[in-house]
Amino acid sequence: MATASSSASRVLRIEGLPILAVLLALVVAFMVAAPDVFLGYRIYMSFLATVPPLLVLAVALTLVIAAGEIDLSFPSVIALSGWVLAYCIRDLGSPLLGLALALASGALVGYVNGILIARVGIPSIIATLATQFLWGGLTTVFSQGLSYSLGNADELWLWRLLVGRIGPFPVQALWAAAVAVALWLVLNRRRFGEHLLFIGDNAKVAEVVGINVAREKIRMFVLMGIMAALASVLLTLENKNFFNTQGGGYLLEVMAAVFIGGTSVFGGKASVVGSVVGSFLIGMVEAGLVATGLQGFWVRAVVGIVFLSAVVGHLVIEEPERGRALVRLIATKARLSRRTNS
Amino acid sequence: MTQPAQATATQSWRHIVRLHKVDMTFGKVQALSQVDFEVGRNEIVGLVGDNGAGKSTLIKIVSGVLRPTAGKIWVRDALIDLDDYSVRMAHELRIETVHQGLSLGEKQPLWRNLFVGRQITGRFGFIDVKKEKQVAHQLLRQAIGFRGHGINADSTVRDLSGGERQGIAIARAMYFQADLIVLDEPTTALAVSEVRKVLAFVEGVKAAGHACIYIEHNLAHVHEVADRLVILDRGKVVGEFAKGEITLTELTKRMIALHEGQPRGHG
Repeated sequence: MATASSSASRVLRIEGLPILAVLLALVVAFMVAAPDVFLGYRIYMSFLATVPPLLVLAVALTLVIAAGEIDLSFPSVIALSGWVLAYCIRDLGSPLLGLALALASGALVGYVNGILIARVGIPSIIATLATQFLWGGLTTVFSQGLSYSLGNADELWLWRLLVGRIGPFPVQALWAAAVAVALWLVLNRRRFGEHLLFIGDNAKVAEVVGINVAREKIRMFVLMGIMAALASVLLTLENKNFFNTQGGGYLLEVMAAVFIGGTSVFGGKASVVGSVVGSFLIGMVEAGLVATGLQGFWVRAVVGIVFLSAVVGHLVIEEPERGRALVRLIATKARLSRRTNS
Repeated sequence: MTQPAQATATQSWRHIVRLHKVDMTFGKVQALSQVDFEVGRNEIVGLVGDNGAGKSTLIKIVSGVLRPTAGKIWVRDALIDLDDYSVRMAHELRIETVHQGLSLGEKQPLWRNLFVGRQITGRFGFIDVKKEKQVAHQLLRQAIGFRGHGINADSTVRDLSGGERQGIAIARAMYFQADLIVLDEPTTALAVSEVRKVLAFVEGVKAAGHACIYIEHNLAHVHEVADRLVILDRGKVVGEFAKGEITLTELTKRMIALHEGQPRGHG
């Protein structure tokens, strides 16, 4: 009995398993509802082309939230770095310079965030809200509000390297997978990652065990900035287009992906695997619903349902006592309603 | 493990730590003024004083969390460069601190808590999780005796009682072979049986040849185990007594007098 329950809890403790089950259930539901689309491979290739920017952002933000902070400024990095890349390709003809400067601009945004938060002491939600306006606004100025078309981008080596196709398979999926593996290792197997977890758990504890809290936070925001820039490069190249509001839709989707994946809102506990699965969930819902014939209007409501059930699910698994209390509450309500009915 | 620790192990020194005319100000608040304080080689120093007397500030300076605004510090009779002094350096000098309720990350597994700040890493800088868990497992079984509690290296601190948490924090200090262990109110919020365990540990530190700074609200506990008592009041050392120089009743009277002597609004 004891061994059975402990092995069951060990299975439940495998990172990201509950949310993976939700994803598979959703895929099966789509397969039943829209077999023409979801039994073929094309739709999955399309997901592998469109999800990577979201995934890279979600995995990087997972580390930020693990440390008990937030970054609202990454949409502006998607705009700024995208513009830098597009400008260098279109006007200077140098994709390499474009990539380097795009990543550098992301690092700069992250560094400024880190200084404001860790050294000046502004709460991250305020600091990054302000820098989101600043960098997003500057991008509009730089680009004069125009979009840049990169029509022949697929002839560039950079395009083939980052977002090309191997047969039908989009290369950016490999880059996103590499980022996910690397950041999983950073969070779970590097001192830096462990420090972030302790900072998110309790910053005062982190300080007394000898962690340089300010330095680690700055490094973390720089990493976030670089990853947002990489996401922007993937997005801009895949779209063969830059427009100055291209980061706008990502803010809520990325946060939803992270929290659906089981990362704690309170910091100190985070799942990179969960964020990867969460990204695919968020990325698939829209296409899936449209394919099943449901109207596009439903997308957000369904994301809300999945979001809520995931959060409640994580709570029940992580804090079984609360889960049991919830079950008791429902049972009592059911008994009461039966009694009043009879 | 670390160079300073090995280098000094064989040398002769009188004081594990000595502070001379240490000041600490936070903005306009003078938390410590002109404090002289020292801990001998194998001495348990009890630090007592009212809330706000500066006890926590003093031990945060000793443990490298805070940098004093003025003064000098010697560790094993060697003058410390205060610009370099940090928690990490204190650890390298084998000074370990168990801060009141603040030494462990609650959501983190015990193995991470035991090694955070001093992780065992492999060739490429990755944490050797297997090794850390193995050592944590041994430590839990032998040093702390958590056998059969259903607690293992993967348990989170949240699953532990207050006494067990102190046990983990103290076991960590022991594992890293501290010459000086600083305990900040280790018995606060503990059950009576657990208090006895902690006091037994403090005596164990002495028996093993180490030194200890012991901060305690409960005067009976500290009077029982300390070799020397240092009384702090509003940032100043106002009394020092070797064991046997003051009875518990006299000590209690003195502390009450200090408390009543304080101006209004500062109690």
